Amino acid sequence: MPYPADFRYTKEHEWIKADGATATIGITSYAQESLGDIVFVDLPKVGSDITVGKTFGSVESVKAVSDLYAPASGTVTEVNAELATAPEKINKDAHNSWMLKIKLSNPDDLKSLLSPADYEKFVSEEGGH
Amino acid sequence: MKHMTRKATRHVNQNEGLIFEKSSPGKAAWKLAPLDVPDVDTKKLLGSSERRDLGNMPEVSEIEIIRHFTRLSTWNYAIDLGMYPLGSCTMKYNPRVNEAVSRLDGIANAHPYQPEKISQGALRIIKILGDCLLEITGMDAITLQPAAGAHGELTGLLLVRAYHDSKGKPRKKVLIPDSAHGTNPATAAMVGYAVENLKSNAQGMVDISALESQMNDEVAALMLTNPNTLGVFEQEIHKIADILHAKGGLLYMDGANMNALVGKVRPGDFGVDVMHLNLHKTFSTPHGGGGPGSGPVAVKKVLEPFLPKPVLLSKPEGTLGFDYDRPQSIGRVRSFYGNFGMFVRALAYILANGPDGLRQTTEDAVLNANYIRKGLEGVYDLPYSSASMHEVVFSDKLQAKKGARTMDIAKRLIDYGFHPYTTAFPLIVPGAMMIEPTESESKEELDLFLEAMNAIAQEVEEDAEIVKTAPHSTRVSRLDETAAARKPVLRWKP
Amino acid sequence: MRYLPKSPADRKAMLKAIGALSIDDLFAPIPGEYRLNRDLKIPRQMAESEIVDWFRERSRENGDGHVTFLGAGAYYHYRPVIIDSLISRGEFLTAYTPYQAEISQGTLQSIFEFQTMISELTGMEVANASMYDGSTAAAEAVMMAARLTGRRSVTVARSVHPEYREVLATYAFHQGMPLTTVAFAESGRVEPKQLENAITSDTACVLIQSPNFFGTIEDVEALGAIAHAKGAMLVVAIPEAVSLGIVEPPRSADVIAMEAQSFGVPLGFGGPYCGVIATREQFVRQMPGRLVGQTTDRNGKRGFVLTLATREQHIRREKATSNICTNQALIALMANIFMTVYGKVGLKELARQNLAKTAYAAQQFGRHATVLFSGGPRFNEFVIQTSEDPYAINSRLLGHKIVGGLPLKKFYPELGNASLWCCTELTSRSMIDTAVGHVADSERSVRSAREEPEEVAR
Repeated sequence: MPYPADFRYTKEHEWIKADGATATIGITSYAQESLGDIVFVDLPKVGSDITVGKTFGSVESVKAVSDLYAPASGTVTEVNAELATAPEKINKDAHNSWMLKIKLSNPDDLKSLLSPADYEKFVSEEGGH
Repeated sequence: MKHMTRKATRHVNQNEGLIFEKSSPGKAAWKLAPLDVPDVDTKKLLGSSERRDLGNMPEVSEIEIIRHFTRLSTWNYAIDLGMYPLGSCTMKYNPRVNEAVSRLDGIANAHPYQPEKISQGALRIIKILGDCLLEITGMDAITLQPAAGAHGELTGLLLVRAYHDSKGKPRKKVLIPDSAHGTNPATAAMVGYAVENLKSNAQGMVDISALESQMNDEVAALMLTNPNTLGVFEQEIHKIADILHAKGGLLYMDGANMNALVGKVRPGDFGVDVMHLNLHKTFSTPHGGGGPGSGPVAVKKVLEPFLPKPVLLSKPEGTLGFDYDRPQSIGRVRSFYGNFGMFVRALAYILANGPDGLRQTTEDAVLNANYIRKGLEGVYDLPYSSASMHEVVFSDKLQAKKGARTMDIAKRLIDYGFHPYTTAFPLIVPGAMMIEPTESESKEELDLFLEAMNAIAQEVEEDAEIVKTAPHSTRVSRLDETAAARKPVLRWKP
Repeated sequence: MRYLPKSPADRKAMLKAIGALSIDDLFAPIPGEYRLNRDLKIPRQMAESEIVDWFRERSRENGDGHVTFLGAGAYYHYRPVIIDSLISRGEFLTAYTPYQAEISQGTLQSIFEFQTMISELTGMEVANASMYDGSTAAAEAVMMAARLTGRRSVTVARSVHPEYREVLATYAFHQGMPLTTVAFAESGRVEPKQLENAITSDTACVLIQSPNFFGTIEDVEALGAIAHAKGAMLVVAIPEAVSLGIVEPPRSADVIAMEAQSFGVPLGFGGPYCGVIATREQFVRQMPGRLVGQTTDRNGKRGFVLTLATREQHIRREKATSNICTNQALIALMANIFMTVYGKVGLKELARQNLAKTAYAAQQFGRHATVLFSGGPRFNEFVIQTSEDPYAINSRLLGHKIVGGLPLKKFYPELGNASLWCCTELTSRSMIDTAVGHVADSERSVRSAREEPEEVAR
């Protein structure tokens, strides 16, 4: 499973793509597969702050809820409104379904995240479920 | 169906729609007696508060209502039809005499605020039920106010909190085993406690060394279910209680599994300080499609001052009353006195059994669970070898190799005429199959259940698809829960 | 024991199959020091006839055959007979929670109908499948408002049922939520100006009741406007469901916490009853309690399932919207059948009769005692103030098997000898006239007792 080269990854299966001072965040294809059909995404409001390593929202399937952990700290500038009415987009194409965009408060946060190759290794070790 | 057994149920396939789809202006099922006082001008009395329109409320006749609900009822499984092997639910027979006595006029039509003088019957029912439950649990004082098990848990933890506050040392967290029912952590959070997970050991019991290292003076209580959700009795319960008490913590017991203990052992005797009971589990009150329940909370003397008010009072002249003068009480957890109708039913159950009946009931419950365990051992994976009390937990590990999971096996069980067992709980057993037959099942019924479960295991080996796409015999096939959650339709619209 | 379907031979065969020598082997996991070696000290096993006799005695001790003027959150209305016929069917009575939707469509569809009718009656967009009772529904509705606004304080009207306020206090205390109480005016209602002063920028919601504890209908729109202007939500409690037949529902409320006991649920000395939360669709994910949703099966057939379960305890655990597990399904079914029996026209007529009986009673009592709170419209309850202690008057009424209105001193000491009276469609004119007669006599005696000393002095 090819994980986009310009993304960085967390062990909680979020991806982040930096673009200078801003970044885009979503969840990986592995995450959506484990969750099953996604029915709801709970995201923070524009203008609020998220903190690296802390939860900023959640993703729900019919029978489970998964917390979303911030890959980096920053202020939310945009939230993907499409997900409010069509959360299934994440199931169809997780890497192209962004959840939110933030203004990074500390771009160095990304340095401690996993590269695509490291993430792929991590996922295969977690035991193809 | 290759392995059709002697028992299967089919659902009557009536295409009954929603009651609104039968509605038509002018149809009526009601008639009021004529007014014996002067009629009123509603506009004059209510002014702008007068309701303009009752919208889409239905208009139907009495026979349509009778047929509507009768047909709907035939789509339900029920204890009256067959076994529910649901773990920790204790789906036992709901005796009909319970229903009859709850409908006696003085009991059914008693207003909660009527004078004490004409409430002695109700008060006596509350007293005697309370006394019986105290004897059964080995505790010192009891409140019947909580409306259900989860409500009882809330009350119990509020008592724990009040106790620690009164000592001047409010504590911050509650320990909860990873095998616990979801209401336990949800309740702890509602009371403002942080939840700390307590690992189970390889035998499925509380890990004593983990408890020792996690127990400190910030822990208010341990919320324990005993037997636990694996159906296993905590053999080290004495050590558990001692570890908690040594550091000033309290032992809370979730009484969901009391059906394994009544008449054989009492929680108060093995160190429990506060516990809730589920009258709709152990004490036979009907589930009614999801409620009502009733969750009395029994405590040791040290927690008595904090009980919700009012408490029952025995007056010197022999009458009963309610005492509101309780300065340390946690207050009320609901209006009035609790689900009184359930007290009546639970007491009728206790009186029908007596001490010998209750003991025999518990023995049969444990006998039934062990009989099932023996009959399925080797056919399904048994994750913990510890002795089972009134329930047993298997897993779908063997069948998962062929792609059949616990939910599939459960759905296939429906085609054999049974309600599914509890799937995917407790969380510590992946692919769990939690089975509690209760004492209400005969040997014949248990043998039919074993036959069905064995047949399904064989089907998984020979033709797993039929299991994975089950059920096949019901009025509706598997329903799209994803669509229901993505775009919820929660009411009918014209 | 007659509920146990086993013969001694069965038990023997089963023990043999298990490989146990006796049933005691199966209880070996219980440490010996705790095992009970004696009978429980509870009453001996009774025959069914004895059980019925025992409870009949209790029923007699409980004033069977009395008529009542009590309301105050629990109402005596007629219960159509088909309610018990239908809910006593084993398939409803002894069914489990409808987690396995394919074999629970009866329960699920009836709850869906219940949710629909409650939404219609309350003027809200969605309703849940019931809470324990009106008081806990109100407390949970307030918690919901706190979650939605992110604020902590709650303002509650003193004209809300005192026990509802007590329950709220218990729940709020442990969530660190400060409660402010706003008084009612001479009209018996909360005056908008008073409310304005009681709300801050930290107020999550205002909780009012309408018709309120005194039977008076609050000015919901005006109070709602004030709450909303300050960013607070409006939560309205409705303990008397029958009022919705003729009183305009609080459409400006954000959340309604209702008690459906009036809809065919027996008084039963206080429970089980049936609380419901109704709200706007946008808030549904923060609403506690079970919800039934419509969907289709694999063949496109309409069916119903429990939905939005991720709000609930069995999934969210400590992050759940509430710890509630059960709902009052069987009681909600009673209410469902009641609403279906009366329907669009019947509910209005039923409410109208309640209004008429109460108007007559208030007028008659008013000739002898003071009727308080006449400044606003009322539904089926009113408050009178007598010269004599209402307990004494009620004591005499009891001799005629009449239960008089609720003395209010313990809840509202400043109201002195006030009592709360309720008239429903079941309250006969002769019953009202008898009660009025007693109050009239009482007032006359007190007046003449006052006049006597003057006579003697002369």
